[in-house]
Amino acid sequence: MKYLSEYRDAQLVEHLLHQINQTITRPWTIMEICGGQTHGLVKNGIIDLLPPQITMVHGPGCPVCVTPVGLIDDAIELAEKQQVILCSFGDMLRVPGSGKSLLEAKAGGADVRMVYSPLDALQIAQKNPHREVVFFAVGFETTAPANALSVIQASRLQVNNYSILASQVLVPPAMEAILSDPQQHINAFLAAGHVCTIMGLEEYEPIARKYHIPIVVTGFEPVDLLHGILMAVKQLEKGYANVENQYARVVYAHGNAHARKVIDTVFEVSEREWRGIGNIEGSGYEVRNEFAAHNARIKFGLQHREAPEQSECIAGAVLKGLKKPRECPNFGTKCRPENPLGAPMVSSEGACAAYYHYASGNLLLQHDKV
Amino acid sequence: MNPFLNNCPLPGRQTDIITLEHGSGGLMMHRLVKNLVFEMLQDVMTGNGHDGAMLQVEGNIAFSTDSFVVKPLFFPGGNIGELAVNGTVNDVAMCGAVPQYLSLSFILEEGFLLEQFKQVLLGVRNACLKAGVQVVTGDTKVVEHGKGDELYINTSGIGKIHPKAAIGSARVKPGNVLLLSGQLATHGTAVMCLREGLAFETTIQSDTAALNPLTTLLLDRLGSDIRFLRDPTRGGLATTLNELVAECGWGIEIEQAALPVHAQVEAACELLGLDPLYVANEGVFLAVVSPHVAAIALQLMQNHPLGKYAAIIGRISDEAEPLVLLRSKIGGTRVVHMLTGSQLPRIC
Repeated sequence: MKYLSEYRDAQLVEHLLHQINQTITRPWTIMEICGGQTHGLVKNGIIDLLPPQITMVHGPGCPVCVTPVGLIDDAIELAEKQQVILCSFGDMLRVPGSGKSLLEAKAGGADVRMVYSPLDALQIAQKNPHREVVFFAVGFETTAPANALSVIQASRLQVNNYSILASQVLVPPAMEAILSDPQQHINAFLAAGHVCTIMGLEEYEPIARKYHIPIVVTGFEPVDLLHGILMAVKQLEKGYANVENQYARVVYAHGNAHARKVIDTVFEVSEREWRGIGNIEGSGYEVRNEFAAHNARIKFGLQHREAPEQSECIAGAVLKGLKKPRECPNFGTKCRPENPLGAPMVSSEGACAAYYHYASGNLLLQHDKV
Repeated sequence: MNPFLNNCPLPGRQTDIITLEHGSGGLMMHRLVKNLVFEMLQDVMTGNGHDGAMLQVEGNIAFSTDSFVVKPLFFPGGNIGELAVNGTVNDVAMCGAVPQYLSLSFILEEGFLLEQFKQVLLGVRNACLKAGVQVVTGDTKVVEHGKGDELYINTSGIGKIHPKAAIGSARVKPGNVLLLSGQLATHGTAVMCLREGLAFETTIQSDTAALNPLTTLLLDRLGSDIRFLRDPTRGGLATTLNELVAECGWGIEIEQAALPVHAQVEAACELLGLDPLYVANEGVFLAVVSPHVAAIALQLMQNHPLGKYAAIIGRISDEAEPLVLLRSKIGGTRVVHMLTGSQLPRIC
């Protein structure tokens, strides 16, 4: 398969591992930002193949995991309104709010539909003019252009029964929040390839300089991940702190200008609550006032609600890379994918789910190195 | 195989629908059953009009039942009728039996198009002919509009256990070899691409098929060296492998690089963020065989139209820890768990 099998090539993997082993002289801790990368590392058994000096810690880049409980409760409340059709990406359906999940609301009779694109939700709105269609717009910078586009289309086509419940989060402020934590011990980042496809590299330069930390924009396949790790290790060994682009076949330095323009048209940067982490200034997008008619929060008069997190869940520490999933006393016992205490055990990008589904015996020992 | 029926046994308009009267037990139902169902299935039916079938079966038999609620009813490569026959035929075949007789029950929703019902019956007929089974008893019910989902089918099947067969998870031992008879995830992906109204086009067709011709051949030739058979339908191969480790008490090691997956299916799964190991299959079965017959079993499979993509995918390990371990294409190892809930596509 073009652009896929090449990046899963066993010989290339072996070559990269050899180079990493040749380069490394001391222990380093590297955080991969994106949940897709976490899964790539665990699913392919890469963590077991790395030299023992490298500790991979898993970042907050799981959009489902960081969506606040209160917002999920809002989505469920909307879904349970008679006139509302709530559309969501599949990933989001099983995540528990403070009471139930969207999937359980659906089982109870709410009209919840899984879609692959916000434009599908817009079509549902066009086909159901007497119902209110709300799209649960969750995601990082990657999903923002398509979500914004659906609002622009709705506005242009006067689909007045379409709105979005936005939970858009941004990577760079989260990286800064993690780096500001005195407990953190991260030496380098693998930045999220697909986020940078939209946003480019520029916004990472100040972070690399300020915290003197190498940042390597990295893809998701085994060869990408190992190449990214190698680039980070090379910088670390030489004492460099640069922004580098491993994923150059997809990511351009300036990102995707058109997509960014679409985002800017619909969204403005705002403070955002991250599940398990708390409020981070300037870390999210909110719908601009010009498009208030398509903002579910305004349309349905939703008030900000405080919803307590399950006290037994250590999601915050996991999302900040301070703890490994297996360090949680409830991992695999009280907290399992079919009965999750927190979001990282549910989402296909959550670190706990990655460990639960794929981890081999060796990963059991990984946390000893942290 | 007999040609398709060209003449419609119940001439009617394209818009004719099933009504509650078709299930009332009166004349309308009599017409539906006699003039449509019996007529269309006449060459795959045995029976004498009694309330049930009276059969002569000698020796050990396998008996299985399954209900079919697939959505959509029609998908590339087949329809619910074919699936309902093949599903039960395969369950019987996986017991090491030669499927012979089926029961066939329909639950129709008021308003369902008669024309579509005919297409389903054609599917049933064709699948029965291919599997060499006879429908010997059945039932038709109609439920009110909104109380069903167009059409549900239940089938049960009986087959005579092959004289040489000794299928059982207790006979699965370390060193035994795992073979997969065909490509993974084809059926599930074909249905999913249609169901989700995905914006990309594929030519992926369901591989639904009755597998008994191939299982019978394997049993004829290799007898008790075929130790275990199962078709990994819902929950995918991962779930079947986990069932096996739980039943036999030994671990399993599989090679990711050896798993046969059609390129388009692999691409569709990549796009949707699904793992082919967890996607439903229809025309594929897992066989665990004694090591000394593995090469012959593979050859028998590959020389048969139902097994041309067959592959040796792994072995039973001597680890008493009942885990399924997958060696990834790049040489890493991971555990393959049973499917929890249903696979949900990823956000990005």
